[in-house]
Amino acid sequence: MSLLSVSGLAVSTHDGRALVSGLSFAVPRGGRLSLIGESGSGKSLTALAVTGLLPPGLAATGTVLLDGTPVIGATDRTLDRVRGRVAAVVFQEPSTALDPLMRLGKQIAEPLRRHRGLRGAALRSAVLEALDEVALPARVARAYPHEVSGGQRQRAAIAMALACRPALLIADEPTTALDVTVQADVLALLDRLVAAHDMALLFVSHDLAVVAKVTDEVVVLSGGRPVQSGPLRTVLANPGDDYTRSLVASARRLDAALDLGGVS
Amino acid sequence: MRRRVFLVAGIVLVLLVVTVALVSLFWTPFPAADTTGGRLEGPGAHHLLGTDKLGRDLLTRLMIGARIAMAVGAGAVALGALLGGLAGLLAAFANRWLDDTLAALLDILIAFPTLLLAMLVVAARGASLGSAIVAIGLAMAAIVARLTRVLAKRVLAMDYVTAARTSGLSWPRIVTAHVLPNIWPTLVVNLALQFGLAVLAEASLSYLGLGPPPPNASWGRLLQEAQSTVLTAPVGAIAPGVLLVVLVVGVNLLADGLRDVADPTRRRHR
Amino acid sequence: MILEARSVGFRYADGAPVLDDVSFGVTAGRSVALVGESAAGKTTLLRLLLGLRRPTSGTVLFSGRPLPTRHRAAQPFRRQVQTVFQDPYSSLDPRQQVSRIVGEPLRALGFTDQAPRVAAALDAVGLPADAAERYPHEFSGGQRQRIAIARAIAVEPTVLLADEPVSALDVSTKVRIIDLLAELRATRGLTLVMVSHDLAAVASLCDETVVLERGRVVEQGPTREVLGSPRDAYTRRLIASIPRLPS
Repeated sequence: MSLLSVSGLAVSTHDGRALVSGLSFAVPRGGRLSLIGESGSGKSLTALAVTGLLPPGLAATGTVLLDGTPVIGATDRTLDRVRGRVAAVVFQEPSTALDPLMRLGKQIAEPLRRHRGLRGAALRSAVLEALDEVALPARVARAYPHEVSGGQRQRAAIAMALACRPALLIADEPTTALDVTVQADVLALLDRLVAAHDMALLFVSHDLAVVAKVTDEVVVLSGGRPVQSGPLRTVLANPGDDYTRSLVASARRLDAALDLGGVS
Repeated sequence: MRRRVFLVAGIVLVLLVVTVALVSLFWTPFPAADTTGGRLEGPGAHHLLGTDKLGRDLLTRLMIGARIAMAVGAGAVALGALLGGLAGLLAAFANRWLDDTLAALLDILIAFPTLLLAMLVVAARGASLGSAIVAIGLAMAAIVARLTRVLAKRVLAMDYVTAARTSGLSWPRIVTAHVLPNIWPTLVVNLALQFGLAVLAEASLSYLGLGPPPPNASWGRLLQEAQSTVLTAPVGAIAPGVLLVVLVVGVNLLADGLRDVADPTRRRHR
Repeated sequence: MILEARSVGFRYADGAPVLDDVSFGVTAGRSVALVGESAAGKTTLLRLLLGLRRPTSGTVLFSGRPLPTRHRAAQPFRRQVQTVFQDPYSSLDPRQQVSRIVGEPLRALGFTDQAPRVAAALDAVGLPADAAERYPHEFSGGQRQRIAIARAIAVEPTVLLADEPVSALDVSTKVRIIDLLAELRATRGLTLVMVSHDLAAVASLCDETVVLERGRVVEQGPTREVLGSPRDAYTRRLIASIPRLPS
């Protein structure tokens, strides 16, 4: 059975507007999948629906099974058990995931205490370990979110997400707000950690080239509907529908512009 | 659609009080100082809402009260908006030092109790309608200034202001073209709220005997005078209270509705 | 040189230098990119080039003369140099109709034939004529950026200063806006100064590239050379960091 299985997912507003519809996909244990789409494609809403985090005013229908637990219609208590342990989320803007008034070390300690029952010296060394894992120096533990760079904040958010060793990491545009050089480091870090802990990854992005760094399988979303899915290389080589074709063509043009050495 | 209902309800309530205030300028059932009625008469054919303990007609006094409420509300809001708006804009454009100084001054002024300020003004100028307006208007100016400063700073940080500057638009024209249109919806709602609070503040002043002196019958004074006889003649206390609520609720509904009409981003797409 | 920075430095009264000894120039009709990441000082440099701030050392020259600082004296310069910003949401006043937004530079600079110029500018950026009566929130991000570009070209300036003009846009929209900017450059002979961290956009649009790191120029030259065979270590790292499509 898949770790995450989504079938017939639809997200709509209370006045009946469908924002996502007819979406099905599955992520096996240790597997990786990317949702690709531009603004308004419903990719981020899907990531929220999968973890039961949709904002008020939006409702999901269909079936979402996270490690066998139905998410849609589940109580907060059930979801609390699933979140963090089974699935954890990293968002585009790390500042929204972090409490601005709490030192980063304390924020990373919180899930370790709650889910792994660590206290005292054991907790302190686990926090340092978690920081080390995301290549942050120990002094970051004493810093507040605004005192570190955007890249360091995102690393701290990743450390928090990984604290409970989730089976599935959901990353929603985790590098979009970062500088290019920082993005490269954070992508490499995600890739390494997901592999090292045998985690599954659901990656959400608008950027085909970024997606290519971390996953092989993709689902292309447009206007809330899946328009193509399969291995990324196949999608790039044979875009099946008009939307995917224009998306791939645009990405190829930008990519080709960078080949300054080759073309005369 | 529901918004539209609120707006209409607000207009109706406010117009009701405005009409009463306007009519009172030309006609009241009895002269303001007339004490020919019986004491504490109940509502009846001669005195529609009855009389107070000096035999004055209650309806007459309520109508005059409406006039005072409107005068205080409008006067204080005009004074507060003018002084506060200017001070807030000045602070928004000022350099760091002047801005910090103004912000500190405003905080002190806001922390200063309105009633104490009112007592100082009354002590300096004597109790009168004008004193009430000045005192309430000054207190309001501080609040309006702080709000204007924050709102204006937010607008000044937007790229469209930078674009306007690189287009060669002068600062005064940036204020009229971008800053004011973008802050007034929030400001006008706040001013309506302040209008309501000003009317209530005047009622408190009058209740404490610091308001316009007799025969000016503000609603606060009516409430205070009816306090001792509230059990035997409840209309005398209830009627001014109801009118206060009608006016305050009315301006708030009106302001909410106005904001929606004024804001293109809240209008439905075609 | 139509626009030139000569040993420009900038620092706040209480801080480290934001820009240090920055020199570069652009000749009329050419395009130059100012490339760098956050804290490189790109945005500050742009504000200095626009005359919105004065450098604490060095000078900014327009057509060989220092930028005027007084409002009136600056008007002829404003007529020649217009801007496009990164965020198509905060760059358009939500309470103004598109015709008013696009017409603002025309009004500010005293043009009399505003309506036809607004219509021509909207047409040039590929927006329908009826866009003029609508409000910004009725448009998508890409369309809003077109409105911002229409505002910038309405007075037919010679120089366009663009601050990350495509960074906030979706991939396919980005390509279309790049095409639009390239077309405007070709048809109007516009000089383009573009601040960006998006090297694909830079490679598509700019003849020359200046790489900034922490307020200093680390490398500059023809884009083909700077991006094709970078000499500086930081430039190399920047280029190596760009995610590429699998071939």
